[in-house]
Amino acid sequence: MAQGVWTVAEQRDGEVRKITYEIISEGRRLADALGQDLTVLLLGSNIKEKAAGLGNYGADKVLVADDPRLAVYTTDAYASVISELVKADDPAILLLGASAEGKDLSSRLSGKLGVGMAQDCTVFKVEDGNLVATRPIYAGKAYARVTFENSWPQMATARPKVMDINEPDTSKSAEVVDATFSLDDAALKTKVVDILKDESGKVDLTEADKIVSGGRGMKGPENYKILEDLADLIGATVGASRSAVDAGWRPHSDQVGQTGKVVSPGLYIACGISGAIQHLAGMSTSKVIVAINKDADAPIFQKADYGVVGDLFDVVPALTEEVKKYL
Amino acid sequence: MNIIVCLKQVPDTETQIKVGSDGKSIVTDDIKWVMNPYDEYGVEEALRIKEKFGGEVTIVGLGPKRVTESIRTALAMGADKGILISDDAIEGSDSFAVAKALAAAIRGLDYDLIFSGQRGVDDDLGIVGAIVAELLDIPQLSVIDKIEVAEDGKSVKVNRPIEGSALVIESPLPALITAQKGLNEPRYASLPGIMKAKKKPFEEKTLSDLGLDAGEFGVGARKLKILEIVPPPAREAGKIVEGETPQEKAAELAKLLHDEAKVI
Repeated sequence: MAQGVWTVAEQRDGEVRKITYEIISEGRRLADALGQDLTVLLLGSNIKEKAAGLGNYGADKVLVADDPRLAVYTTDAYASVISELVKADDPAILLLGASAEGKDLSSRLSGKLGVGMAQDCTVFKVEDGNLVATRPIYAGKAYARVTFENSWPQMATARPKVMDINEPDTSKSAEVVDATFSLDDAALKTKVVDILKDESGKVDLTEADKIVSGGRGMKGPENYKILEDLADLIGATVGASRSAVDAGWRPHSDQVGQTGKVVSPGLYIACGISGAIQHLAGMSTSKVIVAINKDADAPIFQKADYGVVGDLFDVVPALTEEVKKYL
Repeated sequence: MNIIVCLKQVPDTETQIKVGSDGKSIVTDDIKWVMNPYDEYGVEEALRIKEKFGGEVTIVGLGPKRVTESIRTALAMGADKGILISDDAIEGSDSFAVAKALAAAIRGLDYDLIFSGQRGVDDDLGIVGAIVAELLDIPQLSVIDKIEVAEDGKSVKVNRPIEGSALVIESPLPALITAQKGLNEPRYASLPGIMKAKKKPFEEKTLSDLGLDAGEFGVGARKLKILEIVPPPAREAGKIVEGETPQEKAAELAKLLHDEAKVI
């Protein structure tokens, strides 16, 4: 009988990434609902020292797979090790983060394990011993509540920055165990040959706590300076709507929306963005939405918590000045 | 280089999505069906690689008969052959079943590279490509926005954007690549292309043609079950920030963000 909630930690360059704490915290809530244990899988190289800290967030056990071939994520290596461990221990639920790595890994794992998988979920519950997940579909125009049938472990990924992180409790500790696995070199077909770091050093949109975004109302690439000034002041990352990206004003990596990035910051300030449904698809789970637009009828005002009807070229610099008073 | 491109149809992104009376599906009358946007990048890249290396591009579509139209569009863009997997029993299948059908059709073909879109803009799952790769026991390279095929046609180097960086990954062929926006700009089908497409080889396959058991498909066989489909969570009505001048509005907004929303 499948037992236990498992989550997969995400590390990069030997550091545990924030999404790990989101899924451990959510995993703890699910484990409590099931009355079962929470295990975290930690894969990496020279990573074992990071295991103890995971207990502070609610893990009962940390299974560590420490191997030089796991230093950098590859689908082949991680999917092979995790599917082996899962088949050996038969957990009931397997949770990953819906990060770039998480989505790649979870989709391959669902194939290896032959199970159903709910991607990019915003709410989890346990009902009658089964995982029930809520996830956006059609770019968030609808939401689906899904569950699993004849499919163990019940697998899902959590949208980043949505699950609440527990307060770490240093009195809580996890049992740290070395995982037993056999990783066959012949199975490792792909190789990461280079990592091109984004030199700007700014936080990726999908992980940003604050975003200041500009759309067609910005009228040209040079005008993004006023958004960057505000962003620098409040510690935000600058985003863009599809119009701005298609016009060549901003790179595609800045695009928020259905065919761009899905973001979930604490604060999203939309400047000169009308609020097309495809844009909303990318930011509707933001906690606080501010819209600045001179068109009082712009659809974005239906979704904004705070709307300013005005010319962004006046309002944004003024806002930058006003915000200084609070910092 | 023989390349396979998987495609499906999705509702046009302008479509208003309405929940059906059973609460578990969407209303499909009046939907304009289009090739999944991410699949278009796959078709285009396959054509570019064929133009450089020679070989054939085969389109494998799955879904109801109307998917034929999207396969014909890909043929008009320059692909060589089309296959439509269509069977009433497939209706309502989950990702695993869809991947099983695609893999069965592809297994019999000669291929060096397979393309699919990084996800379907209907279910937003992005799982089928990976499962097809697993079933065919080949590497998957997902969400790729740059590809370089080696001169000898035996390996590929791709870029995958991740948070804050891009991974450059090398893989032997055959492999399956899921295409991300930015990979290329898909061409429009030309009129001569559209005319030529009508004569290109096109076949339809049912589940039994592929040696598959209909009992493993459809709603009843789903491992991921849909309990209900609901409208998006409503956001409480917000407020329009008051003020006579931009400066007043900015001041009021800053105050609200600090005192009320507590985000700055």
